[in-house]
Amino acid sequence: MMATHRPFTRGLVAAGAVALALGAAACGDDGEGGSGDRTVTVIGTWGGDEEEAFRQMVAPFEDRTGITVEYTGTRDLNAVLTTGVASGVLPDLAGLPGPGQMREFAEAGALVPLDDIIDIDKYKAETSPAFVDLGTVDGKVVGVFIKAAVKGLIWYNPNVYTGDVPATWDELERIADQTATGDMRPWCVGLESGAASGWPATDWIEDFVLRQSGPDVYDAWVAGELPWTSPEIRQAFEAYGRVVAEDRTYGGTNYVLNTNFGSAANPMFADEPGCLFHHQASFITAFFENEAGATPDEYDFFRMPDINPQYAGALTGAGDLFGMFHDTPEARELMRYLVTAEAQSIWVGIGGALSGNTTVDNYPDDISARSAQMLGEATVFRFDASDLMPEAMNNAFWTEVLNYTQNPDQLDQILARLDEVRSSAYEEGA
Amino acid sequence: MDDRLTTAFFVVVGVPASLVGYIFLVELVLRLVPQRRVPRIRPLLWIAPALAFLAVFLIYPTLDTIRRSFMDRLSENYVGWSNYEYMWTDHAVRGAIVNNLLWLVFLTLGAVGIGLLVAVLVDRVRYEPVVKTVIFLPMAISFVAAGVIWRFMYDFRPESGTLNAIITGFGADPVAFFSEWPLNTFALIVVGVWMQVGFAMVILSAGLKSISNDLLEAARVDGATEWQIFRKVTFPLLLPTIAVISTAVIIIALKAFDIVYVMTNGNFNSEVLANRMYKEMFTFRHFGRASAIAVVLFLAIVPIMIFNIRRFREQEAIR
Repeated sequence: MMATHRPFTRGLVAAGAVALALGAAACGDDGEGGSGDRTVTVIGTWGGDEEEAFRQMVAPFEDRTGITVEYTGTRDLNAVLTTGVASGVLPDLAGLPGPGQMREFAEAGALVPLDDIIDIDKYKAETSPAFVDLGTVDGKVVGVFIKAAVKGLIWYNPNVYTGDVPATWDELERIADQTATGDMRPWCVGLESGAASGWPATDWIEDFVLRQSGPDVYDAWVAGELPWTSPEIRQAFEAYGRVVAEDRTYGGTNYVLNTNFGSAANPMFADEPGCLFHHQASFITAFFENEAGATPDEYDFFRMPDINPQYAGALTGAGDLFGMFHDTPEARELMRYLVTAEAQSIWVGIGGALSGNTTVDNYPDDISARSAQMLGEATVFRFDASDLMPEAMNNAFWTEVLNYTQNPDQLDQILARLDEVRSSAYEEGA
Repeated sequence: MDDRLTTAFFVVVGVPASLVGYIFLVELVLRLVPQRRVPRIRPLLWIAPALAFLAVFLIYPTLDTIRRSFMDRLSENYVGWSNYEYMWTDHAVRGAIVNNLLWLVFLTLGAVGIGLLVAVLVDRVRYEPVVKTVIFLPMAISFVAAGVIWRFMYDFRPESGTLNAIITGFGADPVAFFSEWPLNTFALIVVGVWMQVGFAMVILSAGLKSISNDLLEAARVDGATEWQIFRKVTFPLLLPTIAVISTAVIIIALKAFDIVYVMTNGNFNSEVLANRMYKEMFTFRHFGRASAIAVVLFLAIVPIMIFNIRRFREQEAIR
C-alpha cells in the first residue's frame, strides 16, 4: 500500500490538503461582495422585450441611487419561489404569479408588509381601489401592481368591420354572422400557450360569467363556493362553445387548439381577411404589430358588450404583482420607486402596459389611453378569475377548457371533474 | 464574480484534496489499531465518507418522502392512504399512469429495436462509423433542447412545422400532433426514441462484435441464411446485452419528464407521472401528493433494480 512508503511526507501532504480544503470552505463563506456594492435582487417571469422594458423602468432609479438592480427572469417562477419560501433563499423583490399565490406566501409569513415601507396614503390615493384591495392580505398591503391590463376587449380591423359598436352580446353575434360571409369567419381564437395553454378560453368564460350572472356569482365562483356544475357556469361554457363552433371560428377546432394566442388573430389582417373579431386583453396590440405586421390604423377595439342589463359596464382585468421577501434598505428604496407614477409611466410609455396608478397619463397612443380610461372608470371591475383561484384549480380550468373546446359534448363530465378538483384545491394553504 | 471564481477553484482543488487527505489520515489512524483488526476496519473507514454522503442525500430524503406521502398538503397532519387513493381515482393521474406504461413499452421497443436493427445492419459495412456517429449525435443534446427542436418539427402550421409541411406538400390536411391522445404520447415517445437509439445502438454493437466470428462462419458454412443466423446464433448470444440496455431504457422511460414538460406540459392527456409530480410539488404545492407519486415511481423501479443487481452478481460469480 502506498501509505507505507515514506509515511511522514505523505502525512504532511495529507494534513496540508485537509487544511487547504478547510481554509477554502471558511474563506468562501464570509467573503461576500467585498467591494461594498449596494444591490437589490429581483426575480420575475419577464424575458425578451418585457425584460428590456423592466430594465428601462429601473434605469433612472439605478442612476439616482447607485443601487444595482440584479434582475433574473425565469419561466419557472413557481418552482423558484416555492423552494425559496421553504429554504429561506429568496430574492429581495419578486414578481408574484397571482393574488392567489401572493396570499399563500403572505400567510406563510414570507412576504414583508409594505404599509410602513411605501408612502401608503399616497399609494392608496393614487391607485385604483380594486388594485389596492387585490394586493392586501389581512388588512396589510403585501403586493403592488407594476403594470396592468384590461381584458375582455373585442378587437377588429376597422378596414374590415365598419359597422357600429353593438350594444349587447346577442347583437354582436348576430352582426358577426351576417357580416362574415364566404371564407371569412366571425371569430379568430387561439389557445396554445405552452404550459399555460387554454388561458384565453378561461378569459372568455370569465367574461361570460361576469356579464351573465353578475359580480356576486363571479366572486363566489372564484372563492370555490359555487360548484362548476351550477347553471351559471354551465351557461358561460355553452356561450363560449357557440363561439368556437367549427364553422364560426377561423380554421376550426384544430386551429383554435394548436395556434399560439399571439398569432391567432393574424388572419384578421390578411389581404383576404379570415375573421372579423378577436377577443383579447389590451396587451395583444404588441403581438398584432410583431406577429401580423399590423399598423395602428388596422386595429381598434370596443368593450365586450353586456349580456344581462342588470350587470352592465362590467370589466375584467389583470396585472403583474410584485412583493418583497427581504426587508433591506435597498429593497425598500426600489419598492418605493416602483409604485410611483414616474416609474410606471416608463413602461406605459414603451407600450403594451397600463398602470393601476391613476395619475399616469403618458399613454403613447389612443388605444392604450382609452384602455386606461376604461380601467379607471369601470363601475364593475373584477380581476381575472383564474389568476385568483388556487393554482391546482387554475391548472384544471386550463386543461378542461381545452378538453371542452375539443369535445363540447362532454360538458357534463368536464364540469364534474372541475368540481372534483375544487373539492381539494381550496384547502388551507392552497 | 470574483468570489464565485475563487470558490470554484477551491472546490475543484479542495474536494479531491480533502478526500485524498482523509484516506491518508485513515491510514495514519490505522497504525494505532492492532494489526489483525486492520483488514476488517480499513474498508469501513475508506467507504465511510461515501456512505455518509449516501445516507444524507439518498437514504434520508427517501425515508422523509415516504413519510410525507402519508401526510397532508403542508406535511402537518397524517392522512393515511388518502394521497394514494387520490392517485388511483383522479382522472389526470390515472391517465398519467397509462401514459407511463405506453412510454415503458414503446420507448424500450423503439430504442432497443431500432438500435439492434441498425447495429446488425451496419456491422459489416465500410461506412459503419459514419452511420453510428450520426445516430449517436442526438445523445449529445439535452432533453429540453430535443423538446424545443421537435416542437418545431411537430408544429401545426405548415409554415413552421417540418412534418406538416411535408404532409401538406402531399395534399393532405395538417395533422395536430399534440391535441389528440394517444397520438401526442406517441409523438413524444418518438422524440425519446430519437434521443436514446444511439445509446442502445452503441451498446448492442459492442455486444455484437464480441460474438466470435468463428461461430458465424461455422453457421454460414453449414448453409444457414443470414436471417437464420440472426435468429438462432446472434440474437440468443446478444440476449444479456439486450437485457442490459433494456433495463437502462426502461428506467429512462419511467423518468421521462423534460420532453413532456417542454412540449405539451401534460396537456391533452399526454401527462406522465414525473411531470405530474413536478406540478403537484411546485405549482399546486401539495407536498403529500407529490411524495406519493415519487414513492410510486420509486416502487416501479425497484423490480428493475433487483433484476440488475441479480445479473451483476451472476457476472461477478462468473469472474
